[in-house]
Amino acid sequence: MLRKEFIQALREPRMRLLLFLPPLLQCIIFGYAVNLDVDHARIAWMDMDRTPESRDLRDRFEGSGRFDVVAMPANEEQVQSVLDRSQAQAVVRVLPGFARDLARGRAAEVQVLVDGTNSNTASLILSYGGQIIAAYSSDAMGRQQNGRVLTRSPGSAVNASVPQVTARSRVWFNPDLYSRNYFVPGVVANIIMMVTLMLTALAIVREKEIGTMEQLMVTPLRPMELMLGKTMPFAVVGLVDVTLVTTVALVVFHVPFNGSFLLLLCCSLLFLMTSLGAGLFISTISRTQQQAMMSSFFFSMPAFMLSGFAFPIRNMPLVVQYVSYLNPLRYFIEIVRGIFLKGVGVGVLWPQMACLAVYGATVLTLSALRFHKTLD
Amino acid sequence: MSYRRLRAIFVKELHHITRDARSLGMALAVPVMMLVLFGFALSLDVDRIPTLIYDQDQTQASRDLIKQFQASRFFDIRGFVDGYGPIQRAIDRSTILMAVVIPRDYSQNVGEAREAPVQILLDGSDSNTASIALGYAETVVQNYSLELRTDMMNRRGGEHGAPPVDARLRVWYNSSLESKNYVVPGLIAVILMIIASLLTSLTIAREWEMGTMEQLLSTPLRPAEMVLGKMLAYFVVGLADSAIAVLVGVYVFQVPFRGSVPLLVVSTCVFLMGALFWGIFISAVTRTQQKAYQISLLTSFLPAQLLSGFVWSIESMPKAIQVITYVVPARYFVTILKGVFLKGVGLNVLWGELGFLVLYGAIVFLLATRKLRQKLA
Repeated sequence: MLRKEFIQALREPRMRLLLFLPPLLQCIIFGYAVNLDVDHARIAWMDMDRTPESRDLRDRFEGSGRFDVVAMPANEEQVQSVLDRSQAQAVVRVLPGFARDLARGRAAEVQVLVDGTNSNTASLILSYGGQIIAAYSSDAMGRQQNGRVLTRSPGSAVNASVPQVTARSRVWFNPDLYSRNYFVPGVVANIIMMVTLMLTALAIVREKEIGTMEQLMVTPLRPMELMLGKTMPFAVVGLVDVTLVTTVALVVFHVPFNGSFLLLLCCSLLFLMTSLGAGLFISTISRTQQQAMMSSFFFSMPAFMLSGFAFPIRNMPLVVQYVSYLNPLRYFIEIVRGIFLKGVGVGVLWPQMACLAVYGATVLTLSALRFHKTLD
Repeated sequence: MSYRRLRAIFVKELHHITRDARSLGMALAVPVMMLVLFGFALSLDVDRIPTLIYDQDQTQASRDLIKQFQASRFFDIRGFVDGYGPIQRAIDRSTILMAVVIPRDYSQNVGEAREAPVQILLDGSDSNTASIALGYAETVVQNYSLELRTDMMNRRGGEHGAPPVDARLRVWYNSSLESKNYVVPGLIAVILMIIASLLTSLTIAREWEMGTMEQLLSTPLRPAEMVLGKMLAYFVVGLADSAIAVLVGVYVFQVPFRGSVPLLVVSTCVFLMGALFWGIFISAVTRTQQKAYQISLLTSFLPAQLLSGFVWSIESMPKAIQVITYVVPARYFVTILKGVFLKGVGLNVLWGELGFLVLYGAIVFLLATRKLRQKLA
């Protein structure tokens, strides 16, 4: 029976492709394409002052490596059109009299207009822009004060020093703040879910649809054996996919892997119980392959969205955060990230592992019982 | 092309859809579910970052700095610790994301007007949250530093001054910077793609699998009529879905709608047709439902979700992938949707995108018809 399923799963070249292509594709998409980092934001520069001071500020924006000046609008209409057409993500406007105000010690104004359509990019641009202006301001203040002190009491330059609080930041686990280090480990969890849940359900429903289920039932095969035979191949494929994705993550994307691979495989097994169980359950409630697909989609989609894979659970409303405790994928994602990035072991991850084990045992038993009943 | 035959296949397909109540229910429930998820639950907005504070200095000056963090709505001070050990453990367990460490000589440095460093430790595993948190923390420290210097100068100089450069930050189109305002419009494109890929791609493959294709062949039905008729039936479902999505978005989630309704309707219809033709094309190429489903998931749903700029902006992708996004129709539709909803721009800005969608629909229609003719011949 096991051999039959393996052969069936691997016989067709296209099926083989479907088992191993999506994992690689997802890896590439989440490794390369999908990221929330902002560098080289396109800005438009509107200099209404045209003095060495305003040019100095512009040099600082460009020199930071985070901004590229792509347009120089001359009037309000052009500002509007640059933002409307998304040619630039922000417009920096230096108002006339900037240098004069600076020299006289009055507040010189710099306006930053940000296209807020993409709220995430916009908040990053706001904070980067604000930092550059604040740094410029701080330097300008130093110059002003030195000037003032010098005119009043030349020679006493010691008094010129002022306190300056600076932030020395250190980022743990992902020092370069690459999105891919965050996303790629999550792909591991995602892949197992997709491969095992949907394919298990489909494989069983297909037998029902083309009528070979009756043939299997007249053989001396026991329901337990039938069920094991149906699920084991996909469990093995799932584990192979985990290894595949991990290898790609390490070799191609250089995602740090600080924990133990053995622990990762163990936790994958724990999670497999849940997803195979869910696959079995879906197969018992669907008659056609289309229904099975839709049901598994309906099941995996919210599980995926509420797992913290792309959208942090912290940001969800409190009620939804509680709901997400019911989501097995949530625990698995936490485990995978913990093992990859933080290098933590059983000592830290045991609550998540325990949840997965309990969850898996319950779901698998319930589905197995239901599967039995539908066979009879 | 005959109107009567077109209508016959349209009605037949509608019967198919309405008879399978569960599939229809899901076709209508999926959009609602996604809207609710994205509108209520999912957001990338970063605030109330759980933070620990390790104050080695324990002076008035250091407490002053801590107050700045407490006052900011972006930080949620979870407690004070005395050592790196608890910080390490809390970050390992993900109970906090950030820690501020004020060194022992902080107040001394400030008092003697030297540079006074403050350490900020961050859990970088969620890179996006971490970089936004880092930005906020640095801004808090910088502003406090400026304030200190202004104070000191005022005291010394005996005159009032202000920080020399005043940054006026203003946000257009989405002034509250809520991620729902930018996710919900783009979501409409994704929802339509799901409908197109989940339902349409199965229609012709099903006829092959059940053997009814031979029956259809014996009728005088032409390939173009079959493609159009099937498309129109699902078009009705798709339009219902987009109406639900737009109404829920505007009335429940209060997403601003600033553009023109006719433009939205026209571009939705054009995009929907293209997506449906593509589903039918796939269905004609593959002979089994399972393959049709998998292929359409890979070629329409995934690109629509990941490569359209719906959540993850296209600009931050590598050049090679940016080139690929030019052939993803959802990319153009997402641009139109965001333009119409948030920016309130019209055809003078969006004509290029709309033109591409028309072209795409026409090409895919021809492809689907040709492929079907080949298969039938």
